[in-house]
Amino acid sequence: MTAPTPFEVSQATRTSRVAGVIAIAAVAVLAAAPLWAGRADMRLLSEIFTYLALASLWNLLAGFTGLVSVGQQAFVGFGGYMLFAIATFGGIHPLATVPIAGVLGAAVAVPVGILIFRLSGAYFAIGTWVVAEVFRLVFAQISTLGGGSGSSLPVAVVRSIASGRDLREWFTYWCALVLVIGVLALVYGLLSTRRGLALTAIRDSEVASESLGIDIWRTKFLVYIVSGGATAMIGALIFLQKLRISPDAAFSVNDWTAYVIFITVIGGIGTIEGPIIGTIVFFMLRETLADLGSIYLLILGLVAILIMLKSPRGLWGFVVERFGIELFPVRRRVQVGALQGEGKAPREPG
Amino acid sequence: MEWINAIVQGVLLGGLYAMFATGLSLIFGVMRLVNIAHGDLIVLAAYLGLVVLEVTGPLNPLATLALVVPVMALIGYVLQRGIFNFTLGKDILPPLLVSFGLSIILQNSLLEIFTADSRRLTAGALEVASFPMVEGVDIGVLPLMMFLTAMGVIALLQFVFYRTAMGRAFRATSDDPEVARMMGLNNRHVFALAMALSMAVVAVAGIFLAMRTNFDPASGPARLIFGFEAVIIGGLGNLWGTLAGGVVVGVAQTVGAQINPGWQQLAGHVVFLIVLAVRPRGLFPRIL
Repeated sequence: MTAPTPFEVSQATRTSRVAGVIAIAAVAVLAAAPLWAGRADMRLLSEIFTYLALASLWNLLAGFTGLVSVGQQAFVGFGGYMLFAIATFGGIHPLATVPIAGVLGAAVAVPVGILIFRLSGAYFAIGTWVVAEVFRLVFAQISTLGGGSGSSLPVAVVRSIASGRDLREWFTYWCALVLVIGVLALVYGLLSTRRGLALTAIRDSEVASESLGIDIWRTKFLVYIVSGGATAMIGALIFLQKLRISPDAAFSVNDWTAYVIFITVIGGIGTIEGPIIGTIVFFMLRETLADLGSIYLLILGLVAILIMLKSPRGLWGFVVERFGIELFPVRRRVQVGALQGEGKAPREPG
Repeated sequence: MEWINAIVQGVLLGGLYAMFATGLSLIFGVMRLVNIAHGDLIVLAAYLGLVVLEVTGPLNPLATLALVVPVMALIGYVLQRGIFNFTLGKDILPPLLVSFGLSIILQNSLLEIFTADSRRLTAGALEVASFPMVEGVDIGVLPLMMFLTAMGVIALLQFVFYRTAMGRAFRATSDDPEVARMMGLNNRHVFALAMALSMAVVAVAGIFLAMRTNFDPASGPARLIFGFEAVIIGGLGNLWGTLAGGVVVGVAQTVGAQINPGWQQLAGHVVFLIVLAVRPRGLFPRIL
């Protein structure tokens, strides 16, 4: 009898360890941005962070869970309105309202989810859109929050964020940085756990995963609630930066869903790196093509369609296929003979 | 009496929503494709009517159908063969995201060409023509035409579906695309025909929409949502059910507007959510 071949299962690769070190260094540099960046640069960086966070969450839903939503603006707008309501009428420090908005966002995602989970596949997508419309129309009816024309955050509330204007902008900047790191950690963490395995299993085959004992409805529902809460927090932060809210801006399908979908599709749907690449490409395009106005959106739409048809895994999918690099690996690799020493090539499972 | 009036107007409005919905329902039935750009294609048809009228001079907008219907059908055929056929498969992401991209492209192209000004097709005396049904309830000729047209469109689609060779091909590819191909059907062509038919209905819906109300490049998504609500309320795969669904959405909207003008759209959505909660398979799920 031969002894069983020793093996170990690992997620990490050498590239991913290097990427981890670079990521930590990058976070340190970004956290020190008030030292080296101007006001405009920091605003742009905050915006990049919020889009990266929104795209990562949408990617978690659509790319990893198979829940294609075109109504995430419901949570962005809800979070924004919660910030305005609680900070204005509750007298709570505006930054402290961000996590509260997150909890409320998750809470409102529960009944919404129960209802629209009755729709499957593509009809689920349009159902999420209906919900977002309902949110927009309801908030347009609330006159204490400005009704259809919206309202500005009262000066006293804005002053309460921090003593000076510089400090105020630094606080919101750091808040954006913390949120985006939190979201990336959440997505990566979630996908590295048992639940993450269950998610990808569901996405790849509902029937097979159900036969393995995965509660599909529950798993998807949980992801929907978590992403709803996190999206509401980002929404609160977005409108803390803007200091003004209106139903059309808060529940804009272009700003909070179309751009986010294009970012994810261009970067690579179903990969953690995709939204990062997509956000970089998106902002590079925007800084160069911003003058074109609606033509810019048109070009984005065309690029997204081309990518979906020609390379459905996006730019990052192309890199993975070509070079086999994964910066945030969530796939498990079986390394046969790893315990016997180095030198043997790791084998891909299957 | 104004309540009865609101309900009657809502029923007639439902005809328009049913026309938004049937095109959507048709392609979902044949190829399981949900076209997010559906509403924007309705608006495109309305703008095509506008262009035709600008060339020909003052005409009844309905006359433009002679040109807009075939042009839209052709656009549908080309869209399907050129784009959508490549997205069909087990994965629902590609068709959704591609049609979403198409929706954004259409909206912004229309915005570039026609600006954001809201437009309308004027139908002259037809717009205001009406006759009294009972005291206090007047029936507009145009809304009545809309409703009867919707019934006609659905009857025609039923006929095509169950009585013609093309309809047999639709049903066959819907039931089992592999076997249909084995029997000598060219699925890509069949799908393209279904999309062409759907776009022909869209053309009719678009012209009626343009005669009834103002439209602008951003009007599409709301039309998609109304149509979608009609489909789900009526029950998937049942065209007459879709008409009923359209009527439910229409009545909810006019009654909502009667209570508070700000509640028109909201009431429609809320009724949709209630139906989803109580009867998730719709009022009249497919009877086969």
